[in-house]
Amino acid sequence: MASVPSFQDLILRLHGFWSRQGCIILQPYDVEMGAGTFHPATTLRALGAKPWAAAYVQPSRRPSDGRYGENPNRLQHYYQYQVIMKPSPADAQALMLDSFAEIGLDPLLHDFRFVEDDWESPTLGAWGLGWEVWCDGMEVGQFTYFQQVGGIPTVLPSFEMTYGLERLAMYVQNVENVYDLDFNGRGVRYGDVFLRAEQEYSAFNFERADTDLLQRHFQDAERECAALLDGNRRLALPAYDQCIKASHLFNLLDARGVISVTERASYIGRVRALAKSCCEAWLEGGG
Amino acid sequence: MPEFFLELFSEEIPARMQARGAEDLVRLVGDALAALNPTGTRAFAGPRRIAMVATVAAGVAESRSAERGPRRSAPAQAVDGFLRKHGATREDLREEGEFWILDKVTPGAEAARVIAAVMPGLLRRFPWPKSMRWGGTSGFTWVRPLRRITCLLDGAVVAFDLRDGTDDGHGLTSSNLSEGHRFLSPGEFTVTSRAQWQEELRRRHVIVDAAERRTLIADGVTAQAAEAGCAVVDDPGLLDEVAGLVEWPVPLLGRIDDAYMDLPAEVMQVSMRVNQRYFALRKDGKAAAHFAFAANIVARDGGVAIVAGNERVLRARFADARHFWDLDRAARLESRLPALDGVTFHAKLGTQGQRAARIAALAADIARLIGADPGLAEQAGRLAKADLTTGMVGEFPELQGVMGSYYARHDGLDSAVADAIAQHYAPRGPSDPIPTAKVAMAVALADKLDTLAGFFAVGEKPTGSGDPYALRRAALGVIRIIRDSALRLALRPLLEAADGRHLAPGRDLDDLLGFLIERLRVQLRAEGARHDVLAAVLGAGLDDDLVRLLARTDAVAAMLGTEDGANLLAGYRRAANILRIEEKRDGPHGRPVDASLLRLAEESALAEVLDRADPSVRAALAAQNFPTAVARLAALRPPLDAFFEKVTVNDADPALRSNRLALLARARAVMNLVADFSKIEG
Repeated sequence: MASVPSFQDLILRLHGFWSRQGCIILQPYDVEMGAGTFHPATTLRALGAKPWAAAYVQPSRRPSDGRYGENPNRLQHYYQYQVIMKPSPADAQALMLDSFAEIGLDPLLHDFRFVEDDWESPTLGAWGLGWEVWCDGMEVGQFTYFQQVGGIPTVLPSFEMTYGLERLAMYVQNVENVYDLDFNGRGVRYGDVFLRAEQEYSAFNFERADTDLLQRHFQDAERECAALLDGNRRLALPAYDQCIKASHLFNLLDARGVISVTERASYIGRVRALAKSCCEAWLEGGG
Repeated sequence: MPEFFLELFSEEIPARMQARGAEDLVRLVGDALAALNPTGTRAFAGPRRIAMVATVAAGVAESRSAERGPRRSAPAQAVDGFLRKHGATREDLREEGEFWILDKVTPGAEAARVIAAVMPGLLRRFPWPKSMRWGGTSGFTWVRPLRRITCLLDGAVVAFDLRDGTDDGHGLTSSNLSEGHRFLSPGEFTVTSRAQWQEELRRRHVIVDAAERRTLIADGVTAQAAEAGCAVVDDPGLLDEVAGLVEWPVPLLGRIDDAYMDLPAEVMQVSMRVNQRYFALRKDGKAAAHFAFAANIVARDGGVAIVAGNERVLRARFADARHFWDLDRAARLESRLPALDGVTFHAKLGTQGQRAARIAALAADIARLIGADPGLAEQAGRLAKADLTTGMVGEFPELQGVMGSYYARHDGLDSAVADAIAQHYAPRGPSDPIPTAKVAMAVALADKLDTLAGFFAVGEKPTGSGDPYALRRAALGVIRIIRDSALRLALRPLLEAADGRHLAPGRDLDDLLGFLIERLRVQLRAEGARHDVLAAVLGAGLDDDLVRLLARTDAVAAMLGTEDGANLLAGYRRAANILRIEEKRDGPHGRPVDASLLRLAEESALAEVLDRADPSVRAALAAQNFPTAVARLAALRPPLDAFFEKVTVNDADPALRSNRLALLARARAVMNLVADFSKIEG
């Protein structure tokens, strides 16, 4: 346990830890999204009365955080490690702290804190209460008790833990530039894998993405989502994919700077309406 | 008398909610246990618990009361309803006159029973600002998951649980167990009393008294800072917050990387405070290359890893700040102005661009009146909001104005302009200094008057409970700037000018001027000054020149402080009383005094003095020579005293009576030229 983990070791240790806590280990969802919370394993499974426990890595895309690979701390594509347990176990805080010990952060050597954080996702119509988890003044994760998703109050409130993997890895590896992270313990750096992607996607997000096309795609996704939820056979999961797509297209349009302040609120409202319909359809189908 | 002790142990309570939570606990328990007459109440609050202790009566005695029910003639349903309400039967009722009477016996109860009965309901309805659900299906909510309830009466558990019908209340049951520090002293321990609990927690690395933690942190960081030759920048709000984040404060000192020491001190301080809850330090009057903070643990390595970690985090924060600082300075402040037209200030008040244009014009107006350079004031007003589109202000909105000032200096603008931009929000609070340079005063006044006129024009006035746009603070800012620098300004034309530039101008400005005057009155009262004198002076006529208004108020207050003044006031009141009574009877006595009806020497003397005083008071007021005006009034005292001593107002001869009343009315009118003395209190 004491050795400093590589980036991939970090993921493997978290997988091992949460697997031992009874979580099913899922793979990343194959649609672009802004945060691991959007994964149907969290958004949809947080609803209803069926117990659920899962952990997974989710690539998260924040188009406006692109810095062309020049900022040591900001990425437009990074990895979140996401844990959801429903209902929230009584020892959720202790489990979370144990997971940090597992990756080398000893709570008797470091200063762990729970700092108020009211989490809210306007696009998902979701909110929860919890904390930013701080280690020596750095936010190493976000801990939330889900209260509402898709505008629907949760029946069994879930515990959600989100780790920003790159940031956490930089901390445990004592690295000040994300591109210097030891990826595999055998000489491969994070930059070897992702630097070019950051450069190209930054150009795409800020300069090249065709905004007319994005706007059309947004409307298509919105229409398709509504269509899939129309009629007798409502398809909650395929419809929800369209909701996630719409959300990401909105983020891209936002990064391209073509959305005004008032339009912004309207776009968020439209995505929230989709999320709400999907969540309702999911529950109708038995959750 | 037994000691009642209650601890509610939970997952981490937001720092800003702890003190209020403990106060609410004491208040609610005090109300709920009023029958036990709780005394010596004390509250405790910390990151993972709120608690309280009180001395209570051993129990409540049996009590009897006679409850009057419906009339005997009332329908059966009414009687049944009354019986249901009191859990009684028809046999318990007796007749008394036309009514049914129930002799009710409330049995006595031991304190433990009383406590156990009220506690579940009290906890269920606890008024946290925001509560949450957790775990299973229980509808019991708390600020964060509640994990233990310790409830004791003289060390014995007061047994209750949170079950409610089919709701399992999270299985929470009161006990005599508590917990210490999460990492340093894990595990539970038995509580026997408040004192033992407090000492045992101290042994287990928890200081339960928030004030003690606060002192430990303040003293600790001060001592650490002193070792590095630094002083801590005073920040009571931050101290309170940090005291709510740690159970066992361990003050530590970190170093700031030299590479970032050229960042503006305000940027460093805000970043440290807002993002990290670090205390900023100063050395030799400048930002120090150290910061202080409080950890929540005595680390095995003495804090080496913790300090190193915090230093790293701060480096990343400052690297971010440096990014914005460099990026922002690449564009001239002036070039950002067009972008302000795309930023909404308020739906009904237009964009920040329109706002800046209004402030610029008004600042130039004011500059002309107070002898500042109108061109510089106009420029500063126009640029005051330009930093809204910078990255740094996007990150730290509280630096609005401060950053604009740095960027203006970087652009080579006049330092008067840069200073005015930095200070255009000043004063931000009662202890915040006001601008002292004239250009800065003009812009700071313009910003506030524009805000006041705008929000009053669209009907967004402050209410008793809410002032979302901080209009009271803006009004107080206007008052302080004008008073402290004795600026001679007629506010009405300025408010008219501000109002006229808004989208929907033409509102009646009396209520806005009244609002400003009311703030002035409140301010005077807060200073312990004679706010009733201000009201009296305003009673003689509204004045929109605050300096003149206050000079007149001061003069009147000074006179009232003398023996002559106090006696004059007594004479005024005596005259006013007589007039009030007699005027009720036969209408106003406003006729001119008839000299031929003045019979007594004291009457003639008073009339003579009034004839002299009237024009001289008016002349002094016109010359704004208020001390002279009140001195002329003070001269009325001897003849007025003599008049009351020697002259009977209600003479048998109606003509004489009427003339004497007219003389008193004249005296009142002359005094009212200076102030409406009927408004003087005490």
